[in-house]
Amino acid sequence: MSLMALVKGHSVPESSPDGPILRIENVSKVFGRGPEATVALQDVSLEVMAGEFVTIVGASGCGKSTLLNLIADLDQPTSGTLEVGRKTAFMFQEATLLPWLTARQNVEIALKLAKVPKRERAPRAEELLETVRLTGWGDKRPHELSGGMRQRVALARCLAQDAGIVLMDEPLGALDAMTRDHLHDEIESVAREQGLTVIFVTHNMREAIRLGDRVILMGSTPGRIVYEEAIPLPHPRVMDSPEVATRAAALTARLKEQGHTHVG
Amino acid sequence: MSADGSVLTPVVDEAAEVPAGAGVARKAWAWIWPKGLAIVLVLAIWQVVVWSGWRPTYVLPSPAETLQTLWTMLGTERFWSALQTTLIRAVVGFALALVIGTSIGVLVARVRPLRLAVGSLITGLQTMPSIAWFPFAILLFGLNEQAILFVVVLGAAPSIANGVISGIDHVPPSFVRLGKVLGAGTYSLYRDIVLPAALPAYVSGLTQGWAFAWRSLMAGELLVIIAEKPSLGANLEFARQFSKAPQLLATMLVILIVGMLVDGLFSAYARHVRHRRGLDAK
Repeated sequence: MSLMALVKGHSVPESSPDGPILRIENVSKVFGRGPEATVALQDVSLEVMAGEFVTIVGASGCGKSTLLNLIADLDQPTSGTLEVGRKTAFMFQEATLLPWLTARQNVEIALKLAKVPKRERAPRAEELLETVRLTGWGDKRPHELSGGMRQRVALARCLAQDAGIVLMDEPLGALDAMTRDHLHDEIESVAREQGLTVIFVTHNMREAIRLGDRVILMGSTPGRIVYEEAIPLPHPRVMDSPEVATRAAALTARLKEQGHTHVG
Repeated sequence: MSADGSVLTPVVDEAAEVPAGAGVARKAWAWIWPKGLAIVLVLAIWQVVVWSGWRPTYVLPSPAETLQTLWTMLGTERFWSALQTTLIRAVVGFALALVIGTSIGVLVARVRPLRLAVGSLITGLQTMPSIAWFPFAILLFGLNEQAILFVVVLGAAPSIANGVISGIDHVPPSFVRLGKVLGAGTYSLYRDIVLPAALPAYVSGLTQGWAFAWRSLMAGELLVIIAEKPSLGANLEFARQFSKAPQLLATMLVILIVGMLVDGLFSAYARHVRHRRGLDAK
């Protein structure tokens, strides 16, 4: 992939342990042409270190998902360059489990498409289900699982891709508060244990502060980075704690200064 | 599992808790009784019409006489050889339609220009009564097996192709995106994601294709009668020519029952597919 990718501004360099694992430089993305054209991203630059947990917050239409698509090489930038140092995995807002497969097979399919030998797939999938605490649920089909369990399977499938960078596009947006809190703990501990670099997109400011080592605010039309701040609070944090709430209020105010009010 | 499991009780498959044998018997009964009731209704109405004296009994025999004829017929070698001929034609014709319809469906769904050109043609073919093809088929092939198979395939393949096309069309874009994220190439994307996702629509296409194949086959067997080769359709035609009303009605019953049995198999498979995906209409 690297040669083709390099031509299109998406390269996979040898990653050095101390340098950034992801470097985005002056990336812009325009959809359409002429007067119809929409600038989804304008001059976005971002560096992410290996093992860092970065959260991106912004109103709808700020190009968050476009940015993730560019990092995942699902789309190409109009200009600028991306250097992605490790393989990426993607977790969507919907669990997107295949309904004709069991939970285990949904994990196995990631292994299959990554060309893991057949006899290794089932035990590896079982191991991953254990990691997301779904031992014993492998034979259930998606419709037999709760929303939170489905997202756990999606997380296991994400881990099956053996990627260093995990892109999460509002993966918990559709869950109830209690399930979401449990999954925060889960994602945080899995990412830490496996040394993953996570880029987590959300429109929820508290969620961003609950999880992020660093929070990046994006403004819309055109989508761009307006502010970023490291969050030095110790992990694990509590979403409803005063520290998180205070920072969330301050960051929301900052985003409002930019004229973007639709952030919850 | 702790908290998540206790907060959100997962839906457990109820069918799994019933002992397998009892489940099968109950399902079989649920499948049989409406059909049994339908048969009883038809027989009752038929008998009433016979009693009314609307037509003489040598033209419209009673259900009892017809069933008795059917019973005798089941003892003849001629009947079984006719049934065999017809079923072999049905299987061969449907299999050909399956291969052709599926290939065309996948091609048309994948290739955009083909799609525009052939898509509406397929729907058009589907509305064309297959009996209208027979004069042409007989000119092309003569009064033989090929003429019959040709029309059976033309009858069934469009429905099957349409099933494939609508199945592929309605694959959720998120599944395709998932496939790409997981690194699937074109081939594995189709094998592992698009085709399995299209299965329910494909099965409906097959069910409809079977109905068309069976109708076309009966039309064909009435028109294309091959000497020394009894078939259900030919038996109908002979029974009419020799005014053997009980034989005619008995053969019609057999045609009805075979059609319903095969349709039942397809429906059972369709239900199985939908149930596994949690798509049951409850």
